[in-house]
Amino acid sequence: MADTYLNLVNSPLPARIAKALGLPRPSVLRRYTEGEVLAPHPVLVAGAGAGADALAEVLLGWDIEVRRHVLPGEALSAAVVVLDAATEPAELAAPMLELGQAVRLLVPGGRVVGVLRSVADASGPAEAAARQGIDGALRSVAHELRAGATANGIILRGEATTTDAATLAALRFFLSGRSAYVDGQFIEVSAVPTGSVTDLAAATAAAGEGVSDQPLAGKTAVVTGAARGIGAEIARVLAREGARVVAVDVPAAGEQLAAVANSVRGTALQLDITAPEAAARILDHVRERFGVLDIVVHNAGITRDKLLANMDAARWDSVIAVNIASQLRMNEQFLASDAFSDTGRIISLASTSGIAGNRGQSNYAASKAGVIGMVRAQAAGFEGTGRTINAVAPGFIETDMTARIPPLTRQVARRLSSLQQGGLPVDVAETVAFLAAAAAAGINGQVVRVCGQNLVGA
Amino acid sequence: MADQAGTQNAAPSPRTAVVIGGNRIPFARAGGAYAYSSNRDMLIAALDGLVARFGLQGERIGEVAAGAVLKHSRDFNLTREAVLGSALSPATPAYDLQQACATGLETVVGLSNKIKLGQIESGIAGGVDSASDAPIAVSEGLRRALLDLSRAKTTQQKIRILSKLRPRDLSPNAPGTGEPRTGLSMGEHQAITTAAWQITREAQDDLAYRSHQNLAAAFERDFFSDLMTPYRGLTRDANLRADTSLEKLATLKPVFGTGLDTPATMTAGNSTPLTDGAAVVLLGSEEYARTNNLPMLANVVDAEAAAVDFVHGEEGLLMAPVHAMPRLLERNGLTFDDFDFFEIHEAFAGTVLSSIAAWEDEDYCTRVLGLDGALGSIDRSRLNVHGSSLATGHPFAATGGRIVASLGKTLSEQGGRGLISVCAAGGQGVVAILEARN
Repeated sequence: MADTYLNLVNSPLPARIAKALGLPRPSVLRRYTEGEVLAPHPVLVAGAGAGADALAEVLLGWDIEVRRHVLPGEALSAAVVVLDAATEPAELAAPMLELGQAVRLLVPGGRVVGVLRSVADASGPAEAAARQGIDGALRSVAHELRAGATANGIILRGEATTTDAATLAALRFFLSGRSAYVDGQFIEVSAVPTGSVTDLAAATAAAGEGVSDQPLAGKTAVVTGAARGIGAEIARVLAREGARVVAVDVPAAGEQLAAVANSVRGTALQLDITAPEAAARILDHVRERFGVLDIVVHNAGITRDKLLANMDAARWDSVIAVNIASQLRMNEQFLASDAFSDTGRIISLASTSGIAGNRGQSNYAASKAGVIGMVRAQAAGFEGTGRTINAVAPGFIETDMTARIPPLTRQVARRLSSLQQGGLPVDVAETVAFLAAAAAAGINGQVVRVCGQNLVGA
Repeated sequence: MADQAGTQNAAPSPRTAVVIGGNRIPFARAGGAYAYSSNRDMLIAALDGLVARFGLQGERIGEVAAGAVLKHSRDFNLTREAVLGSALSPATPAYDLQQACATGLETVVGLSNKIKLGQIESGIAGGVDSASDAPIAVSEGLRRALLDLSRAKTTQQKIRILSKLRPRDLSPNAPGTGEPRTGLSMGEHQAITTAAWQITREAQDDLAYRSHQNLAAAFERDFFSDLMTPYRGLTRDANLRADTSLEKLATLKPVFGTGLDTPATMTAGNSTPLTDGAAVVLLGSEEYARTNNLPMLANVVDAEAAAVDFVHGEEGLLMAPVHAMPRLLERNGLTFDDFDFFEIHEAFAGTVLSSIAAWEDEDYCTRVLGLDGALGSIDRSRLNVHGSSLATGHPFAATGGRIVASLGKTLSEQGGRGLISVCAAGGQGVVAILEARN
């Protein structure tokens, strides 16, 4: 399961050979560790306008050294390009060329974050062209970056501003090692009706340095499929962020489930999520032990791969039942229950297979694309409430599941992304935790890919 | 024969002790999935599963009491060592208890009493047994020689001691299931009782069949999903034969009582096999449960132990619960009709059927138990409704915890009152009452 090529190519001699031969040179990614400093080097805030100025002020408040223009030779931790005021494509030149200078100065594991407005809100063709243009430019930058650096974008919807709690939460996520394997992605942020995000959350997000080490403290989170792999890691990261975790998995996985629950000081709930009473049992458990259900992470999933020509009903049905039908049924019951929080969060695991399709996975892709459809439809229903629903779509993640892929195919799959390596379960888990936080109240109906900008489904 | 205890009414308890929940690992047949697991390993697994179910990580429990029947001498502090190996707080005290097959139930009784008295707020009771990882002792000759050797000072003394050893001293002593005072195995003892009560082969096979059917149905409806945590790849009791039939059971050859004058009726199918496993139960005061938002499945009402003189043939080895029962019922002003569920441990089908026959027998109840008439009958449809030891297997000290947790859950789901009866080696037995809270 370990990526031996990644380890090899990061030692001196093989690194030189790989460079000489033009072989892929994946870097060891900068991941979150406790006490992480968001930006040890200065951060460039490029772009003109009130939005850029306001954002620069916020970064200063986070104890970050802010530059409004590139200083020759000075290393940068990140470059934030604020383009929210762009009205026509010609206005992109200056900030993008400034970014070009900054990219050369990015430290390994550096970050590029674009802030732009939604094409959907554009006043006319020129503004739409400018906004859509930024999208294309940033995705290209992501492809060009090396040494574990990433480029992502924050899209402001409607009244959202560059300093909204959710904008800042997304910015912090992108700047942090938490987003190590998120690359070439855009997260849309909406203005949140006052009162639906707690003052505390907004204040701490805006204050930055005061951001709690445990933003999920006091929250109760249910994670399905928590006995191993990505689910176990989600349980760990949510617990690290302060949540009480109810770890759910099938009774047969009970031994590993208990170990996970004990390691995160949570509770283990053995149940089959396809059973009609699954949601009721989860709600009963949460109501009895903790009172309110704040966070639901639909992680449990199975694969039963076969080419469609060879597919049988059992394979098709079981994948649909576990991966999407169970989520639909459980969400319906959660939403009907008074135990589900008014600021509840639902985070559903999709897959890049659900976006781009994948040979031999028509059933799996149907279920995972189904998740995306469900998330978008439910998000519309949540608009104007304090609740959100989002999807996280992992690409190639190093798990037991991908370890079963034949070796050569696996090696190729790993190198097919801009980061030229597979992600780790923790990369998915960090993204889930980001979406679960109170500060992410303005992020709803998004599909965040954790794929290292995989070429598939881009 | 009614003694003083049987004539008193139950003293009101100062507090209520409740069953909060339980956890066990699936029971394995000896030499099976847990062949290389020690008692300590299995007890830790059972404790950790309980901790995970209720989120007790790092919590200081009032006391943990458990035991094992087949126990290595190095496991003198088995329960405390298991606590230290578990996710519980290391500040949780523990003690070992041993009352043969009644060990598990007796730990429930003991800790419940401490809770009722206000000495502790929470407790974990249970037991474990491994027939696979059983202790093997050296012969008496070798043991004495080794001890003498350790005390010897000169080489001459040492040589003299070693020269006394004979080849037969080198063969080890495996633990037997024989009663020390009679030399008879438990099965042979039961065979005598079974014959005395004229329990037929058909009746015994029928009880075994129902045990398997009931346990299979319980697994089918996920009854154990919050009572069991898989271990070492085992997700169900390995002894369960969901597809067994009366016809199949009828083909098995008798293994006990073959030397008696009466027809031998006890087979491997209607006797419990040697089994490995562990089970624990979380108990607490009502206040403890409320403060920690924990469920309360049932109240632990009362219990009674009894012992009989099986050595001189006055009574069958496993008939002590028959004697304990009327004393417990009278103290609580109850009859069999007041109970909705009966959990009679199936050491052998013959044990259950002999006990029931005894309670139904007017002559026996008046003559031996000193009652005015028959104690009463037990509605078979309320007996061992989720299967019992014939199907689950019987890791001696783990059986009490299995029964209490399962009965507690049954009562919380269906209400009513439950009666437990567990027989034990040495002519002992314990009976207990659980009651639903609604």
